[in-house]
Amino acid sequence: MTSAIEETELERRTNASPLPRILKNLTGSVLSIALTMIGLLAVTFIIGRVMPIDPVLAVVGDKASKEVYDAAYKAMGLDRPLLVQFLIYLKDVATGNFGVSTLTARPVAEDIARVFPATLELATIATLLGVVIGVPAGVIAAIKKGSWIDQLIRLVGLFGYSMPVFWLGLMGLLIFYGKLDWVAGPGRVDVFYDDIVPYVTGMILIDSLLAGEFDIFFNAISHIILPAFLLGYYSLAYISRMTRSFMLEQLGQEYITTARVKGLSEFTVIWKHGLRNVMVPLITVIALSYAALLEGSVLTESIFAWPGIGQYITIALFSADMAAVLGGTVVIGVVFIALNLFSDLLYKIVDPRAR
Amino acid sequence: MTDMSQTHHQSWRQWLTTDEPTSRRHAAIVQFYLGWLSFRSNILAMAGLIILLFLVFVWLFAPILATHDPLAQDLSLRLLPPSTEHYFGTDALGRDIYSRIVYGSGITLYIVTLVAVTAPVFGLLVGTVAGYLGGWVDTVLMRITDIFLAFPKLILALAFVSALGAGLENAVLALILTAWPPYTRIARAETLTIRNSEFIDAVRMQGAGTMHIIMRHIWPLCISSIIVRVTLDMAGVLLTAAGLGFLGLGAQPPTPEWGAMISFGRKFILDHWWVATMPGLAIFTVSLGFNLLGDGLRDLLDPKGSKS
Amino acid sequence: MKHISFAKLLLASACIAAPMAFAAPLQAATPANMLVIANRIDDITSVDPAEIFEFAGSDMARNIYDKLVMFDPLHLEKGYGPGLAESWTISEDGKTFTFKMRKGIKFHSGNPVTARDAAWSLQRAVILKMTPSFILTQFGFNKDNAKEVIKAVDDETLVITTDKKYATSFVLNCLTATIGGIIDSKLAMEHEKDGDMGHDWLKTHTAGSGAFTLKVWKPNESYTLDRVDGYWRGNVAMKRVIVRHIPESATQRLLLEKGDIDVARNLSPEDMAAVAAKDGLAVDKELRGRIMYFAMNQKDPILSKPKVRTAMKYLADYDGMVNSFLKGQYAVHQAFLPRTYMGELADKPYKLDIAKAKSLLAEAGYADGFKVEMIVRNAQERVEIAQSLQNTFAKAGIKSTIQTGTGKQILGIYRARKHQIYVGAWGPDYPDPHTNADTFASNPDNRDEAKLTGKLAWRNSWDIPEMTKETKAAVQETDRDKRAAMYVKIQKEHQKTSPFAIMFQKIEPLGRRANVKNFVMGGAISAAYYWKVTK
Repeated sequence: MTSAIEETELERRTNASPLPRILKNLTGSVLSIALTMIGLLAVTFIIGRVMPIDPVLAVVGDKASKEVYDAAYKAMGLDRPLLVQFLIYLKDVATGNFGVSTLTARPVAEDIARVFPATLELATIATLLGVVIGVPAGVIAAIKKGSWIDQLIRLVGLFGYSMPVFWLGLMGLLIFYGKLDWVAGPGRVDVFYDDIVPYVTGMILIDSLLAGEFDIFFNAISHIILPAFLLGYYSLAYISRMTRSFMLEQLGQEYITTARVKGLSEFTVIWKHGLRNVMVPLITVIALSYAALLEGSVLTESIFAWPGIGQYITIALFSADMAAVLGGTVVIGVVFIALNLFSDLLYKIVDPRAR
Repeated sequence: MTDMSQTHHQSWRQWLTTDEPTSRRHAAIVQFYLGWLSFRSNILAMAGLIILLFLVFVWLFAPILATHDPLAQDLSLRLLPPSTEHYFGTDALGRDIYSRIVYGSGITLYIVTLVAVTAPVFGLLVGTVAGYLGGWVDTVLMRITDIFLAFPKLILALAFVSALGAGLENAVLALILTAWPPYTRIARAETLTIRNSEFIDAVRMQGAGTMHIIMRHIWPLCISSIIVRVTLDMAGVLLTAAGLGFLGLGAQPPTPEWGAMISFGRKFILDHWWVATMPGLAIFTVSLGFNLLGDGLRDLLDPKGSKS
Repeated sequence: MKHISFAKLLLASACIAAPMAFAAPLQAATPANMLVIANRIDDITSVDPAEIFEFAGSDMARNIYDKLVMFDPLHLEKGYGPGLAESWTISEDGKTFTFKMRKGIKFHSGNPVTARDAAWSLQRAVILKMTPSFILTQFGFNKDNAKEVIKAVDDETLVITTDKKYATSFVLNCLTATIGGIIDSKLAMEHEKDGDMGHDWLKTHTAGSGAFTLKVWKPNESYTLDRVDGYWRGNVAMKRVIVRHIPESATQRLLLEKGDIDVARNLSPEDMAAVAAKDGLAVDKELRGRIMYFAMNQKDPILSKPKVRTAMKYLADYDGMVNSFLKGQYAVHQAFLPRTYMGELADKPYKLDIAKAKSLLAEAGYADGFKVEMIVRNAQERVEIAQSLQNTFAKAGIKSTIQTGTGKQILGIYRARKHQIYVGAWGPDYPDPHTNADTFASNPDNRDEAKLTGKLAWRNSWDIPEMTKETKAAVQETDRDKRAAMYVKIQKEHQKTSPFAIMFQKIEPLGRRANVKNFVMGGAISAAYYWKVTK
């Protein structure tokens, strides 16, 4: 992920052109996004077809008779040529129809509206935690470069990088839920709070607030906090490393020296002037790690019984439920590309040197 | 080393640290040595290097280090806690976990080495070609890269493995498939800055071919940032491999692959913690080793970090 | 952008994060009239009884839909008894069944349950031809004759006519299966689309007369059942039943210990032992119908040698596995009918005997063993069984490799007869011996083109014209004792000659809070019942 930043950074240096160029880039971007999306779909589609999992078998089960099997084969349109199947699918997607999942017996769009908010909620809190802890940690590490505190922050961060998530997840659950009783267990809320708040955004934290159900809100928080901390640990490791590196670059700049000479307090110099200048690349870093979390972590979701998009796509994949896999991939692809585009634009618009 | 005779009156250290190198090779050696000195002073990075050397050591001497046959089952000895007989305890089928971890080091090295030598090279090739040639080649190659980048990583790996069938080789292939796009982007970015520099112009004027320029003049300049990135990525590769093993798509049983070991041990985690924890610690240690090393290399090679 | 200082952003994040630190965990216990169950429910892909075929779905349907013929949950051993049908008579020739419907029962919608609903539901199952439809179509019902052979004479009388004489118990047992669920035809037809007999709607909605109605089903997440007051069979203590999808055993155990759930359905042997030892928790065990076996493809030149087949059966460490990693989850069982089925056979002629296996292999000309590949689904206990087999095979010189894959992948290979050895499980589809006899001991056409993929004998290319005839004869024998004896005889022969090494029968353990009473999982013949549960 560093690469995207490094690249845009380099482009920024060579590219000092103002607005018209940006607009041209924008149309270019839209076109290339469309192409990327079609490519993405094509690759997923092909993977789905070459997989040695029989999609019909996945629907009718092991014990179906040949007649049942053949009928399902036809109903699923598998007797048509591959290209035709793909084009039909593209047409459907263009009109907002992602098809019906064979596993859940309902429209994929409806499924995604159910599972994606769960992942979104988790990823958002995790990223917030990553930012709240990671950014200050990175700044401090930069100021005290080489000191024990820098090394400590680095070590803690690297621990986060190196820990198998399922191991950490189970251990966390055992300690904080099983032994200490600090947090609630797996799932999004306690069972008896299930299905009470009406669906608005699909994110329980927000929906419960909208409905004024504060009990549910706090219950949901005590459920989300452990998996969010776990995922947040991974993004905090990354965010603090990048913050440190950006800040080091800034601290060597002249304007920092000037500000110090002018007699501004060290706090103002670093937290106001320094941090403001690294904000843009930093946001890119955050956006990228956010995007990575939005893919949904299959393993974390499995351990915490979190009904998110990672599990959804994985189960679908194993059952050759291609409508669901394609739909999920499209959503994640769009999110990824959108966040990428967002950070690219941010560079071009806000970068002080491009102004 | 061949220059030894000319400089026998100088001490080693002087020769290695001189700022007036006598030859181009001498200069390279001096630079390497200075780098080594600075690297050596970085305790954490050294720790990383030592961990990885230790891994290689374990792999080489596995038959000597192991106390048991890693595949030998004994159902009467199952789930024994760590003891002097079984350092890390035994697993659900009564196999010695310590010996399995020792033998598993080879598999870990296999995965890591294979990914480390293929994905970056492929990424480097695509990225430098795209960056150097520009135009539609660039557009096409980078769109393809984007497609793979926008793909959910584990999903891509999962799909790939289930398409080809579960197994260590296919798992490694899948890892390579998900690992290359970032290298492409790094390499392309570096190439863009180098492409129009004077020395490339000069080489071009001498009539060098495109591939020659890319491979002989651009690649060497990209390599340091790629190496840093590779070491930092290896931990991720290891963890993704473990994730595939966890989902039953990695190495096939009874291979002592660490990720698969954790996967099978998680069932016992509440009462027999060692079954999953020991391989977990092994993965953690090696990942940490790669991360520490990569971090150290980054400080060393990354001009931004070291100049301030 | 530049006006928002980073400090403010931080502050905002902190404000959002702050309350989390104070979010007090709830000391949870489930409400007294609510039953919370942890189970793996990712196999539910529809709630239409004409389509449901897997475990979790059958559990759900059993509590929503009543059948003509039903079991008493607390006395499963008594076999089927009257359900929505109060009584029945059978014609002289044994082909016509006349059911009298019970009066005064209402569907959840308030519509009365009539013979017309029953006829419609069974016709529908035949016409829709979903996977489990073979349970009914084996009596000669099909799309074209369904409306004649399954017929409501009036609101109270239903007549079913089979094509041949079958054992009465066979026909009635099949009607107790999930597919025999009686649906509210009026309600369903209100939601009919393009002549689908309400299938599209019933995939996600229910219209039954059982103790519960489906409130919500969130695939791979949970489903919730709500009590319908005035259930005709008696009091229902639980107002609500929630089944949550919790894939990990360790997670289920933690939840159970904390009191966040009442029942855990998928505990591993180790977690089960820990639960059993804990105050306030209890463990139940029920013998279920699932059989664990390994099968040798008879297309393989080595595995098709009778002595090799027998040798392999001496190379499984039956007792070792059951006493270690399968402890409390499986019992050694070596015949194709599960225990508690009519005609069960308890003989266990095989045990781990390496010397005997070696001499048999030597007689067959494989004194030095051979190489073979096992395929197995990547589920933990199956992979462990495969590894144990690999270990004991090796002791006789047989070098085996294991190929794991997802369930669907491995089945694909098995159904295409491309395996050498398959390690896996088989669950009976309805509580009659024919369900397993038909698959393990019947293969009417062994050619590849026949594609009898539903029959395990075919999948393993085992050509058995004689045994196929015997199996056919057994299903038509009306005398119960004679019929049972026929199955015993078939199984004895099967044990000796077949390419199936049947190893274990499933024991399903259940972890529960001690105050949960009368939770019945359904034994070998049925599915879970929630309506008798008290807390």
